[in-house]
Amino acid sequence: MKKAIASIAFGLLTAGLITTGASAQATLGSVKQKGYLTCGSNTGLAGFGLPDAQGNWTGLDVEFCRAIAAAIFDDPTKVRFIPLAAKDRFTALQSGEVDVLSRNSTVTMSRDTQLGLDFPAVNYYDGQGFMVRKKLGVSSAKELNGASICTQQGTTTELNLADYFRANNMKYEVVAFATSDETFKAYDAGRCDAFTTDASGLYAERLRASNPDDHIVLPEIISKEPLGPAVRHGDNQWADIVRWTFNAMLDAEELGVTKANVDQMKSSDNPEIKRLLGTEGKFGEAIGLTNDWAVRIIKHIGNYGESFERNVGEGSKLKIKRGQNALWTKGGLQYGLPIR
Amino acid sequence: MNSVVSQAESPKKSFLYDPRVRAAFYQILLVVIVAYLFYKAGTNAYENLQRAKIASGFGFLENTAGFDISQSLIPFSAAGSSYGDAFIVGLLNTLVVSAIGIVFATILGFTVGIARLSTNWMVAKVAMVYVETLRNIPLLLQLLFWYIAVLGPLPQPRNSLEMGGGFFLNARGLFMPRPIFASDVSAILVALAIGLAVAFVFRRWARKQQAATGRQYRVGLVTAGLVLGLPILTWIVLALTATNPISFDLPRKGTFNLQGGMQILPEFVALLVGLTTYTAAFIAEVVRAGILAVSKGQSEAAGSLGLKPGQTLRLVVVPQAMRVIVPPLTSQYLNLTKNSSLAVAIGYPDLVQVFMGTVLNQTGQAIEVVVITMGVYLTISLVTSFVMNIYNRRVAIVER
Repeated sequence: MKKAIASIAFGLLTAGLITTGASAQATLGSVKQKGYLTCGSNTGLAGFGLPDAQGNWTGLDVEFCRAIAAAIFDDPTKVRFIPLAAKDRFTALQSGEVDVLSRNSTVTMSRDTQLGLDFPAVNYYDGQGFMVRKKLGVSSAKELNGASICTQQGTTTELNLADYFRANNMKYEVVAFATSDETFKAYDAGRCDAFTTDASGLYAERLRASNPDDHIVLPEIISKEPLGPAVRHGDNQWADIVRWTFNAMLDAEELGVTKANVDQMKSSDNPEIKRLLGTEGKFGEAIGLTNDWAVRIIKHIGNYGESFERNVGEGSKLKIKRGQNALWTKGGLQYGLPIR
Repeated sequence: MNSVVSQAESPKKSFLYDPRVRAAFYQILLVVIVAYLFYKAGTNAYENLQRAKIASGFGFLENTAGFDISQSLIPFSAAGSSYGDAFIVGLLNTLVVSAIGIVFATILGFTVGIARLSTNWMVAKVAMVYVETLRNIPLLLQLLFWYIAVLGPLPQPRNSLEMGGGFFLNARGLFMPRPIFASDVSAILVALAIGLAVAFVFRRWARKQQAATGRQYRVGLVTAGLVLGLPILTWIVLALTATNPISFDLPRKGTFNLQGGMQILPEFVALLVGLTTYTAAFIAEVVRAGILAVSKGQSEAAGSLGLKPGQTLRLVVVPQAMRVIVPPLTSQYLNLTKNSSLAVAIGYPDLVQVFMGTVLNQTGQAIEVVVITMGVYLTISLVTSFVMNIYNRRVAIVER
């Protein structure tokens, strides 16, 4: 009986899911047929996904979607961005509204195994931090006992926050909002003593404060937040495309292939570069693309390091150091899987 | 009559052409089709969820929630409470803001509706401006206005506005003393119960006396004296003779915020004020329509019997207007309850914010969560309608 009620209940809301089942295996085909990629993006986070006044999206996560489009169509503009609030993002991916979700989402086991999702890559290693007003005189997150804290609902941030205060035996008042925009505005207006999100987000949001210099980011990083793109579970070909698009960008950085020199590099004798750029082997065809797929990515977007510096690093307002996101050869965690 | 009987008894008539059989057949057919569609959609969704490896079923309600909620009427903690508890917290928050909103909107709506018909030009115009402004601006904007523009600029906790008596106002809300009840507080409750009972008996007696002799008593004053005076008197006596049964936990300044006391969140206030003032504008129009539906002769007759304008309104006009007012009033109550889901925009933890927002996202079980939420709103609305229909039957015109 319980099951019967559940089934009837499911029926009420299934229009979206009925179609999902059919298309779960063939995202690449449907993307090619549509002629563009639909990409779930942040509603507005500087450095990761933010539309400018003309509606052009920029950011690290946004460029990753453009890289996928470049690999498929040789045209990075064939992407439609669908801005999604944290609480809507996975539903949008599950129901097929977006082909890939590239929206600073933390990879966790429950998301990977229970939401019908796969996370093929980690494109930014992050951790959760706190921002407070300077005039409070707080220098450590351990001093936040009794504070009001603004956070975005439906995030790992919300859960880590509860864990952290419980583990340190401190009290706090949580004020949760649906979008990052509302959350930060409430903090900026004085509703909360502290604002918490991923450290990268703290730096990005601080730029929007009415007076950025009034705020400081506390030194504690209270969690691991491996952020990465997500796809629907079950479409392995599509997951492969996303995984190897990212690895191609990392390998290109490691091998010194850049947007500027990619054409010269085609005549390189280095076998690793030859395999990456498709002058040797048929790696592109194996994932349903052309063999010059990586050339397309690098020519239009550049390697991972270029994208990082342009959007969040020294070339941007955020000025975030590579840190954990440096290549493994330079002491970071980014490790491009070999193409061979 | 005769012909009907003869048709029904006619043996030649084919079974297929019997209108009753046909009607029943089509109805059963429709039910079967609808049931089949539901079954098919349900099993299809279930299979697709299985194939996409998305967790399904209602077992998630027992899992540990792991997040905190700013306002909860039941004890709630990230560690010890489940998603089911979070659901109850959200539901109670929705019910609280709706119930209080309905009471305030009714009072304000009746006041404004009657004011709009006032013979005082100024009062009538003010009421008109109120109605036309509030009901023509989207509710969401009004909520944001109250939350951001009115409550937002309140001072920070360190510069709280002190309102005396342990009341403080700041950007984090309204802080007030929290009563702590000792065990002998029951005496006060007993006094309150006695006060209520005596007041009730007195009202009935006074009404009978009026019917019999025409003599009027000050029922309101006596009721207030009994219901408020008796418990307060008991409290004073107890406080003087024994220990004080009620002590107060006063809010005091802490590192960040005021500590202790009771706190009313600005999110709650903004939502309550927004819903109340918006819905009151509609109720005012409903009330105005109801009063205008009572023919002028009624108040003229009341006037000629010597009733004062206030009495005419209270005893003659409004009771007759109620039967026009109640059905649309019910709709407004339902609207207010459903509009409370706009809480999500200003961070008030109502059912939609907590359950459809956080719980849905943390569990990913969209279908179950959405179905439960829709079921809850449907149930709340049906119960409200049911109660209002009973009330409507009482105030409806009784044909004699």
